[in-house]
Amino acid sequence: MRSLLPILTVLAAILGLWYLAVAPMNIRVALDQAERGGATITPEGSLARKDVSTWVLMVRNPDHISAGYTLERPRLPTPQQVGQELWKTTGKMAMRGRAWSKRSLIYHGWITLQSTFWGFLLGTTLGILGAVAIVYSRVSDLSLMPWAIISQTVPIVALAPMIIVLSSQLGVDGRVVPKAIISAYLCYFPVLVGMVKGLRSPGRDQLDLLRTYSASGLQSFVKLRLPASIPYLFTSLKVGIAAALVGTIVGELPTGAISGLGARILIGDQFGTPLAIWSALIAAAILAGVLVTLLDIVQRLTLKRMGMAA
Amino acid sequence: MTSGGTAGGAVISASDLNLVFQTNDGSVQALKDVTLSVDKGDFVSFIGPSGCGKTTFLRCVAALEQPTGGALSVNGMSADEARRNRAYGYVFQAAGLYPWRTISKNIKLPLEIMGYSKSDQDARVKKVLQLVDLEGFGEKYPWQLSGGMQQRASIARALAFDADLLLMDEPFGALDEIVRDHLNEQLLALWKRTEKTICFVTHSIPEAVYLSTKIVVMSPRPGRITDVIDSPLPAERPLEIRDTPEFLEIAHRVREGLRAGHSYD
Repeated sequence: MRSLLPILTVLAAILGLWYLAVAPMNIRVALDQAERGGATITPEGSLARKDVSTWVLMVRNPDHISAGYTLERPRLPTPQQVGQELWKTTGKMAMRGRAWSKRSLIYHGWITLQSTFWGFLLGTTLGILGAVAIVYSRVSDLSLMPWAIISQTVPIVALAPMIIVLSSQLGVDGRVVPKAIISAYLCYFPVLVGMVKGLRSPGRDQLDLLRTYSASGLQSFVKLRLPASIPYLFTSLKVGIAAALVGTIVGELPTGAISGLGARILIGDQFGTPLAIWSALIAAAILAGVLVTLLDIVQRLTLKRMGMAA
Repeated sequence: MTSGGTAGGAVISASDLNLVFQTNDGSVQALKDVTLSVDKGDFVSFIGPSGCGKTTFLRCVAALEQPTGGALSVNGMSADEARRNRAYGYVFQAAGLYPWRTISKNIKLPLEIMGYSKSDQDARVKKVLQLVDLEGFGEKYPWQLSGGMQQRASIARALAFDADLLLMDEPFGALDEIVRDHLNEQLLALWKRTEKTICFVTHSIPEAVYLSTKIVVMSPRPGRITDVIDSPLPAERPLEIRDTPEFLEIAHRVREGLRAGHSYD
């Protein structure tokens, strides 16, 4: 509860800025519409207004600024409009029993969530296995780590279409697998880095102590390195799940997908409906928030059970 | 491996032990011609300034370092064989308890690794918790205990399995003087009850004199033994013994030994 006030303060600041930004963003569309409706605008004609700055337009036509807040197809919708659209495509549809309609964000969110989940699972597994290899073998430390870093410098947007093409070439039907691969590609890295750090966190004394017991390599892994890495693992998992969601959405963007939050964003862009883009964006943000919060709860419960309550 | 094989009753016997570390700034002679024998049931303190090799010697006995010359035997075998036979318990300066294990589970750690049965583990934990005066704290987590109690728990962990030799590397170095006095008294009682052989590294002259049957004074650059003092103090040692003339005389001799090691500066 103590953390609620700062979060709400930041949220209020963002909403305030957002509302302020709506006026200059929408002024041109608002003026065009008003002119078509018979109002007198200075200067006349949208062509003439092209070279006039937004601020001058607002100063010269103060009566029409408010119209920018109620447009049907705004450049920048108000938070209220986004909220209404979000409700219309989620809760309202669900109440009418149409949650799985192609127009419902619940349906699209579920599609994205599935790929995110598989990508997260794949990425986390690869990240943990890679970390174990790096910690236990000098060869993989020298060979794997640089490539892991290089892999993250390649823009995922450039890579995504290739992964889609390759997987369909290999006879993989559907989009879940290629999307999960793209998602895993972004997700494995934070897990790898965090786990390498976690598995290496026991100090020399801790390792020497196990040597005095002449413990085997497996014993020191299970009894020392693995439990010592758990706090690091959860921190990376929280970064990883957010990265997996971003990866899935990116995987849905340039690939002609028709379902998923990324596809909604792309379609909204192509059909000139910013409201659809914004509500899909906010839906993605809410989804990410829920996933990270869930992991946070699991982390607290696990560390508490382990006696390492933070 | 070499084997000392001289003294029959010696638990540790080192002769002309040398250890040279190769560092980026050249080689450092951590131990030079160290010859020493520790008998069964001895309480031997190693005292000297930083860099005198006291910890290094202990780590050689534990086979955590490899000597570069000379002979070393522990329990009549090589140090590495002794390590693999779990011949000693080692107590580090930091208690090093696992934060995710309770005190009991921490003490069970070596027992699990060495494959003791469940019921045996429980019996041993109960016994050693009693030995270090921590009954009733078994289910606590390390962070719920004071520094002195944590160090006692780490001693209990080293006592839990059947090693006759206890190697202690400045175990009370990070604790304040009052706690330290208390723990010294307890350690002496524990040593008498268990009849273990103890090697104890310390910075503190009163601690060394109070605890030991034998005090090894060392000096740095290169790390070597400058004096070995067999303590004439009686086995029964209340804390007040530190004010007697005998005690002060030994402390004086230790101080002289330490000073002699520093004669070059």
